[in-house]
Amino acid sequence: MPGIVHDNVLTVPSAPPIETRITRLRNFWSDYCRSPIAVVALVVILVLLFVSFGAPLVSPQDPYDMAALDWLDAFLRPGDIGSGGYVHILGTDNAGRDMLSAIFYGLQTSFIIGLSAGALALLIGVTIGLCAAYFRGWVETVLMRIVDLQLSMPAILLALVLVAVLGQGVPQIIGALVVAQYAYFARTTHGAATVERGKDYIEAAQSTPLPTSRVLFAHLLPNVLPPLIVVATVQVASAIALEATLSFLGVGLPLTEPSLGSLISNGFKYIHSDRYWLSIYPGVFLMVTVVAINLVGDQVRTVLDPRNAR
Amino acid sequence: MSEPLLKIDHVSKRFTRDLGLIQRGLARLTGGRGVETVHALTDVNLSVQRGEVLGIVGESGCGKSTLGRIASGIYAATEGSVTLDGQPVAQERGGRTQKLTTKVQMIHQDPFASLNPRMKVGETIGEGPRLNHLAKAPEVRARTRELLEQVGLEATYVDRYPHQFSGGQRQRIAIARALAMNPEVLVLDEAVASLDVSIQAQVLNVFTDLRRDLGLTALFISHDLSVVRHVCDRVAIMYLGRVVELADASVLYDKPLHPYTEALFASVPTLGTGRARFNPIKGEIPSPLNPPSGCAFHPRCPLAGPRCRAEVPRLRGTTVGRDVACHLHDGGTGVEAA
Repeated sequence: MPGIVHDNVLTVPSAPPIETRITRLRNFWSDYCRSPIAVVALVVILVLLFVSFGAPLVSPQDPYDMAALDWLDAFLRPGDIGSGGYVHILGTDNAGRDMLSAIFYGLQTSFIIGLSAGALALLIGVTIGLCAAYFRGWVETVLMRIVDLQLSMPAILLALVLVAVLGQGVPQIIGALVVAQYAYFARTTHGAATVERGKDYIEAAQSTPLPTSRVLFAHLLPNVLPPLIVVATVQVASAIALEATLSFLGVGLPLTEPSLGSLISNGFKYIHSDRYWLSIYPGVFLMVTVVAINLVGDQVRTVLDPRNAR
Repeated sequence: MSEPLLKIDHVSKRFTRDLGLIQRGLARLTGGRGVETVHALTDVNLSVQRGEVLGIVGESGCGKSTLGRIASGIYAATEGSVTLDGQPVAQERGGRTQKLTTKVQMIHQDPFASLNPRMKVGETIGEGPRLNHLAKAPEVRARTRELLEQVGLEATYVDRYPHQFSGGQRQRIAIARALAMNPEVLVLDEAVASLDVSIQAQVLNVFTDLRRDLGLTALFISHDLSVVRHVCDRVAIMYLGRVVELADASVLYDKPLHPYTEALFASVPTLGTGRARFNPIKGEIPSPLNPPSGCAFHPRCPLAGPRCRAEVPRLRGTTVGRDVACHLHDGGTGVEAA
């Protein structure tokens, strides 16, 4: 082709900077650190995760072990020394349980429920949202109308009804929370996937052709993931809060399997008799947990937002 | 002439707006009235010989991209068929288009949209052959590196992501992806339109080199007449969903017959005549929702007669290697008779 400079002459093999996963992660981290509050929140979450899942190691007492409880230790004030010979930093409850230990174990239950309900809801919601956006037509109509219907009801109401039907226990609660929460994931996924689906790379993948599952999970899914990470953190926090609400209302977990909600509920009876610590401290832990998770989620959203890109 | 490799046979494509359940029910009750239909393609007949590059030229909205997508099996035709070596390229099943061949591959216009931003280049190129069982994974890896070098990139780029490349490099990656499937026909939809002119030249060079080395057959869709002249053996001019002129590139550029082709060539700014000549075609391209009667070009045609408003001109051969759809070359426009 005369008159056109051949690429051997023109292209200088100037290699663009290699950006590996590690450097991207490093960039993400340095962006994240621009908010000190979010860093504090992350540290708080890590500490809470450690004390809850390491509860047998760090808590002074095993609140599940009825034999270790002593009636004489009931209603000790925060800072009192009980029959075990150690300080009950947050006092004890009506059965003589060390509140700090109960809170650590309760936090563990709350985390297990929040994380597994969040993960399951993510899995189900994402699949529904992806399929609706990809297949369109009646699939989309049916799936998204169900989701809309569910989003028009308060999640707590749905969870209450489901727990009443399913009964008490950790798996039942998780099930109820998943049903109450998957719709948020489905809606977010659907919105993001509808945008991505119209892009040429999806058409290119279809016209190669590639199997539908490949287009869905290797091409569409990775590109709708960022907003989902944010929704997931928020939903874990709201699952923990929902569970606490259910337990507080008495339909969640029994006190033998303490979660933060059942601890608050148990102490609530005594709040007017000056024994505030039974309810207040689990409440403070619940609030701190939920707020910290939300702060982390907020900062992740800010960092992932391309409009804030450097 | 031998049997063509790719045959586009009486293809029409109409789009209707996606209707909700209720609207669909209403449309069924009223027998489809009130449903807006876009006539994207009407009765298009084209055939591409093995080793030939057929250019498709027209203004935006003339249906050339739709034709490319039907030829590469992304859309199914509403009427008519597209066959490769006698085998259909795609089929409609359960309301979805299913592509039946790996032998037609498409290269999209915008390389910033056509590559998955979260997939490594090596995976983007290699996944097609691997998942279609054209080769085993180690062979695919070796071939991917080979292909990158073939399109003028470095084999070590396999582990990079698309955002690390420039537009021209991305378009080369898209070409490598298409080539990985060992296609018999490439469909290039405005493949260089979004690139800088110097980069266009580079990518076109890659394409002509590949064509020489691999004997590729291609459908080259473009609005850029000078690029088409460079690359194509034959050229089809499209207007509002129909082919209005089809001829060997040299013949066509020498003397266009259809008034639209003539106007199209006249609208290209030229240099070197002392002053720049630039004659844009008068009027807008009509809406494909409601195409004009008779010859679709008659509202803008300076030579239109009464027959043009009433009768659709057929695409028919005039001289060897030259088809035109215009009453001027088929018994007159009716001006003389009136």
